[in-house]
Amino acid sequence: MTAYSIEVPGGAAESLRLRRHRTLTLRALGPDANVAMLIYAFDGPTERLNVPDTLKAQMSAHIKPPMTLMSDMGRALASVTASSLDWHDAITGHSLPAAVERRFGPSSYAADRNDWRRSARFGLLTELWKHDLGARDLHANINFFTKVAPAGDERGTLAYTPGHASEGDHVTLRAEIDLLIVLSTAPHPLDPAETWTPAGVRLEIAEGPGPAPDDPSRNWRAETARSLELAERSYA
Amino acid sequence: MSDEFVLDDVVEAGDGWIGEIPAGTLLRITDLHGNQAVDTLFYDALDYANRYSAMDTIREQGAVYLTTGSVLMTVNCDPLATIVADTCGRHDTLGGACSQESNVVRYGRHTRHQHSCRTTFVRKAKEWGRGLEKRDIAHNINFFMNVPVTEDGGLTFEDGVSAPGKYVELRAERDLLMLVSNCPQLNNPCNGYDPTAIRITGRRA
Repeated sequence: MTAYSIEVPGGAAESLRLRRHRTLTLRALGPDANVAMLIYAFDGPTERLNVPDTLKAQMSAHIKPPMTLMSDMGRALASVTASSLDWHDAITGHSLPAAVERRFGPSSYAADRNDWRRSARFGLLTELWKHDLGARDLHANINFFTKVAPAGDERGTLAYTPGHASEGDHVTLRAEIDLLIVLSTAPHPLDPAETWTPAGVRLEIAEGPGPAPDDPSRNWRAETARSLELAERSYA
Repeated sequence: MSDEFVLDDVVEAGDGWIGEIPAGTLLRITDLHGNQAVDTLFYDALDYANRYSAMDTIREQGAVYLTTGSVLMTVNCDPLATIVADTCGRHDTLGGACSQESNVVRYGRHTRHQHSCRTTFVRKAKEWGRGLEKRDIAHNINFFMNVPVTEDGGLTFEDGVSAPGKYVELRAERDLLMLVSNCPQLNNPCNGYDPTAIRITGRRA
């Protein structure tokens, strides 16, 4: 049952606490949505999402169900329990203020009021600051709804996939420990759109059971199961 | 920093290195015996928060692997160093550094007390002091390490593409702090199951 849901407009940022075993569903409210997400252990945010550890342990260069999102301490922070998309990017970072201005021209509150163009970095740092965190707490973020695929050539050339996400696409995370989640809905920096029309997302927070013995994440890979076990032990 | 900067250190298997590299230095890391991963972090020497960012570097060059021509970027997209020569061919920056915790996840509890790169990062950061803390240890470069990424999005650790005497040379684009772990991992092929010494040399260009 959905405990509550909120809409985050495109180009904005948000932070929230997600308690253990609650689920967070992100639902795209338009095409080419992007949610740049940073994840921290609520009780001690020096423990945080570690994308390299997450990818190498699960032999994947992208995020998909039923992977767990692992911290630098080996714990599963969250499990990706469902998604309408089989590819979410985690290797291309997020937009910076200078790049947004170069692409779309200058923008300010004075000129554009609340439609001013704020980069993902601006939004993430603003939200981090509210939790006593800052630039040193940035780590590799996940870009939900975005696909940037390697060409398989010598250099590992990457290409953004336009139209990967449509309105209604969704992804659900189950918190495996209490989390601080910080996110931005600014466009992905490789999105070739010529105009700034970022899609919003709806965040749906629901009560949920923890992972059962037959949970798909637990039964996917031994590494995934061990990350869940490490998370569970810290509540034993 | 000094105008007569000269650096020539051998880093033994499982050991580390930390120190400042002046702007303009040509820095060479040599894989003395082959197949040796060299986990490396760079910082702007004047502002450690302006540090190497794997994902900003990958996005800005539009490619996953590092090789000649790659510009290593900070989180603010300031250039830290440029790879100017590379006899190995390609280097990884997606695989991160091994830690006791990630070893448990990947290989099981019996590996919990084996030596790891993050332990070397901790030791060297503590030695250096100057405010370096856990949250300053971001995602690193793995020189000489082979982590192929496939079109369907798979990622694996493979046997090294390196060989004895292969080297990578970088030009420092600003004053740098460099932190290195000569990887002690024994559970995958990244060091050919036999970690060995590397050599770090530097001179003014």
